[in-house]
Amino acid sequence: MAAVTAGSGAGSGSAGSPEAAGGTTGGSGWRRPHGPLQRYYGPSTAEAAEAAPDPTDINGPHFDPEAFMTKVRSECPLGQLLAREAALGREIRALDSDMQTLLYENYNKFISATDTIRKMKVDFRHMEAEMDDLAANMAAISASSARVSAALQDRHRRGAQLAGVQALLRKLQALVEVPGRLRCWAGTEPARALRCHARARAVLRHYRHLPSFRAIEDESHAIMADLAQRLRTRLRCETLDPKELTECVEMLLQLEEPAEELSEEFLSQAGARLEAELAALEAELPAADPSGTATTPPPPASDILDFVDRGSSAFVGTLCQLAGSYRTLFGEDTGRLEPFASALATRYFALLERRLALERGLGDTSLLVRALDRFHRRLRSLLELLPAGADAAAALMARAARERVDRYLRALQTFFLGCLGDVRQALAAPRPPGKEGPGLPDLLATLAASVLGQLKAVLAYVQLFTARDVAFASLPYFKGEFCVTAVREGLVVAFVRWLCHTARGFADGPAERGAPAAPPALLLLLARLCLDYENSTISYILTLTDEQFPPQDSGPAVTPGPALCAEARAAAQRLLDHYVQVQGAAVAQMLRKSVETRDWLGTVEPRNVRAVMKRVVEDITAIDVQVGQLFEEGVRRAQSSDSSRRAFSVYSSSRAPGRYAPSYTPSAPMDTHLLSNIQKLFSERIDIFSPVEFNKVSVLTGIIKISLKTLLECVRLRTLGRFGLQQVQVDGHYLQLYLWRFASDERVVQGLLDEVAASAAHRCLDPVPMEHSVVELICERG
Amino acid sequence: ARALTPQTAETDAIRFLVGTQSLRYDNQIHIIDFDDENNIINKNVLLHQVGEIWHISTSPADKGVLATCYNKTSDTKVMTCAAVWRMPKELESGSHESPDDSSSNTQTLELLCHLDNTAHGNMACVMWEPMGDGKKIISLADNNILLWDLQESSAKAVLSSSAALEGKGQLKFTSGRWSPHHNCTQIATANDTNVRGWDTRSMRQIYCIENAHGQLVRDLDFNPNKQYYLASCGDDCKVKFWDTRNVTEPVKTLEEHSHWVWNVRYNHSHDQLILTGSSDSRVILSNMVSISSEPFGHMVDDDELSDQEDQHQEEKIKEPLQDSVIATYEEHEDSVYAVEWSSADPWLFASLSYDGRLVINRVPRALKYHILL
Repeated sequence: MAAVTAGSGAGSGSAGSPEAAGGTTGGSGWRRPHGPLQRYYGPSTAEAAEAAPDPTDINGPHFDPEAFMTKVRSECPLGQLLAREAALGREIRALDSDMQTLLYENYNKFISATDTIRKMKVDFRHMEAEMDDLAANMAAISASSARVSAALQDRHRRGAQLAGVQALLRKLQALVEVPGRLRCWAGTEPARALRCHARARAVLRHYRHLPSFRAIEDESHAIMADLAQRLRTRLRCETLDPKELTECVEMLLQLEEPAEELSEEFLSQAGARLEAELAALEAELPAADPSGTATTPPPPASDILDFVDRGSSAFVGTLCQLAGSYRTLFGEDTGRLEPFASALATRYFALLERRLALERGLGDTSLLVRALDRFHRRLRSLLELLPAGADAAAALMARAARERVDRYLRALQTFFLGCLGDVRQALAAPRPPGKEGPGLPDLLATLAASVLGQLKAVLAYVQLFTARDVAFASLPYFKGEFCVTAVREGLVVAFVRWLCHTARGFADGPAERGAPAAPPALLLLLARLCLDYENSTISYILTLTDEQFPPQDSGPAVTPGPALCAEARAAAQRLLDHYVQVQGAAVAQMLRKSVETRDWLGTVEPRNVRAVMKRVVEDITAIDVQVGQLFEEGVRRAQSSDSSRRAFSVYSSSRAPGRYAPSYTPSAPMDTHLLSNIQKLFSERIDIFSPVEFNKVSVLTGIIKISLKTLLECVRLRTLGRFGLQQVQVDGHYLQLYLWRFASDERVVQGLLDEVAASAAHRCLDPVPMEHSVVELICERG
Repeated sequence: ARALTPQTAETDAIRFLVGTQSLRYDNQIHIIDFDDENNIINKNVLLHQVGEIWHISTSPADKGVLATCYNKTSDTKVMTCAAVWRMPKELESGSHESPDDSSSNTQTLELLCHLDNTAHGNMACVMWEPMGDGKKIISLADNNILLWDLQESSAKAVLSSSAALEGKGQLKFTSGRWSPHHNCTQIATANDTNVRGWDTRSMRQIYCIENAHGQLVRDLDFNPNKQYYLASCGDDCKVKFWDTRNVTEPVKTLEEHSHWVWNVRYNHSHDQLILTGSSDSRVILSNMVSISSEPFGHMVDDDELSDQEDQHQEEKIKEPLQDSVIATYEEHEDSVYAVEWSSADPWLFASLSYDGRLVINRVPRALKYHILL
């Protein structure tokens, strides 16, 4: 219908916006026909708020017909007015019909409601009469009840009196029966007897002025005294377990026995018991060795964990129990308990320590750690009672741990020596022809790896002591001092130090006085090992240790890594120097013997390089190979472009007379060597047995220097003939040809050989040097 | 030059004898006088024409008598012989000619006697009986120890007894010293790496330090003030101190040189001062207080110092000296083959190197006072 209205509105042609608005408003009203009724009965707040006070809204609550009319009349054109009138008329009709429909629908309900109200009015009149009846009956009942209760009051009072008398009599009966009961319970159930006596005692004491009660009291006293006596006897009996003991003493206390005496008695009993337990533990230990030196005791029957287990469960448990009961019995005053307990605890510690001392060997560390852990846990309860024992216990564990660490150190040392022995054997083992033995680098790697592996394994074992799940690891000692002093310093640092020291020992001690000398290869190997330690291994080990055993900030001072490195370096240097000396001495010895045993005067013209020189070159080549396996090449000083020119320049005929055949004027004998002295002033002084660097070239230079200096000194001690000189010349040239490439500075070799040649010329009766070309020819041929 | 000796019998002047080594020219013995006050060196030259001198020693009793070991070379053979000589009278107590004149009047030694060694081999050294009257000498020839009696004012040498070292290989004595202790009845010799002690009465070996050094033993010296103490040096660059009653371990070892140590000498009166010469061209003066005859902090009276000085020095607080190297002398350019203390001045010493340079040095003054006071 609204659509039609709107359509007609639109169809009228001149539809403006106000018309459209009105149409919409009307539309909403039509769509909800019950809207106005609803609003009449109680418009919801929302709707009230929504309804703006618009007097022109025909459906609004504020509708003002006057205003509406005025508005419509003034605003709308005639056509629209007509249309609106018609619309309003239609609406009114529709509303009327709606009202009629509603009325018809609800009519029946009105009728039935009226009927119900009428019926109710009739019923209420009925009920009023019945209520009056009820009130009358109730009044009659209360009156008769009052009568009955008045009649019974007297009897009730008498009954209550009789009940009181009965209770009193029963109590008296109980009192009389007390001694009898006591007597019968005293034997079997002393606790019950005590309870009974305690109940009766107060009453008896209160009525003791009555003779009969007094008799009862005396009798029960006598029984109690007897009981006390019996209890005491029992107390002295050996076989009481701690619980019974406690009960016994508790009862005696209730009997008002003197606490002082009892506590003493208690302690002595407990002491006896604990002693017995200690003795049992002690029996497991082998007899103490008073001298401390005798043969090693046989291995203990049970392992340490077992021992500690038994010790803690038996002894510590009992001690705790007893101490606990002492406290509950005799109050907090522990003046007597403490010395008693600490004396016993000390003995227990001593026993445990002896047992720990039996743990020689390395056994199973985890077992030891577990044993100590258990000991510590058990002890904690005891320590609450006995704070003084804590230090002793901690010290005990610290000692045990320390001892174990020391053992590991020794084991490591033994292991290292074993490794060294293996290496020595490998070096000394005769090699089957054609088959190369293990190379030095392999040996070194094996040695280093096995030692490092062993060290790591040991660290892992030791770490058990500080594992998180071990209770005593949280003790301050194990947190701080153990890590630093025992493990870091006592184990790792000590081992590295020892290693360096042992290595040095090969260089310092040996051989000298006939002991079997270390083979040179071993010296070289150890030098490299020490150097490796200095370079990396030490810092690695220390880092590893610090990681596994974090040091405390406030802990004792630790040995810094660089100090250890320096030690290792010193050892390596010492070893390498010694190696150079040993090898140098070997070559030198060969040269010395060859010079000393030859007849230099009567020798024939040289045809060949002497065999010994070839041997020297061979040996040095071998050493070169050996050192090259382990050490880097090293830096060589720049070589002069042509070494041949300088070679044997001292033999040039122009200089030889000036230098080696001085005019022997007595006035100036010093001048004779002026030339050579001046020459020497400009050349560096050569230290023969000087420290070498860690590279191949330096090592070989050292060896060559030693050899050539020996040759020089030996030649100076001889007197040579012409051919002797020539032989030296040939040998020198040969050495120069083959040795310069080993040395770091060619000039060192050159200088020394020059000096050899010069000395040889000086010591020669008839210094006629060989033609240089011939020398070269012979050397090349050789 | 290798041969150097103080003039043992001279106690006033500082005088050294140096023998030269030359194969092609006449050898000489230079008598070096050192004038301590004026710091002047005087030199006299004696000709020693028989050969180059390898060892020289002077008689402790007669200033003019000396013994040399020299090489006699023929075309095919070298033989080391020994002889006792007397120097001209006017040179005995030193002359004060200026060095310039010395060239003009070279004089010749007077041969007293040869020590006949044809049966024994090369002579290594000649030792005079230290406290004796210059009648007894011992020479070492190859592996023989020869004890000679000099008779008829040294004109004749009679071999009184000898001993030979037996063993496999070619054994050769390198050096020896006559002990001033035990009434001069002991000598010590070195051969190869061993040091041996001998009794001169029975000519038997009394002790032997096997492998005293890793290599050849070059020289020995007895502590002049402490019995049984012996110093040795050798090719292993070490100087070792021994108690001859315990031959298994050295008492002390010094390792200061970087090459063979050729010479070791105790100071005659202050035996903590040790002088060593080495072929690394260095001379090292060491102070070995811990094994000297002087206890720590003990004062040695020395009358030479005036009272005033004494008092002055006593005010200083003295601390015991540690064993230490006092000084290293590097004046030499070549190997040093001989070092000797002066017989007259205990604070003075000379060293001789291969190139013929002789250097005279003094103990540092500070140390001298420290020892004296």
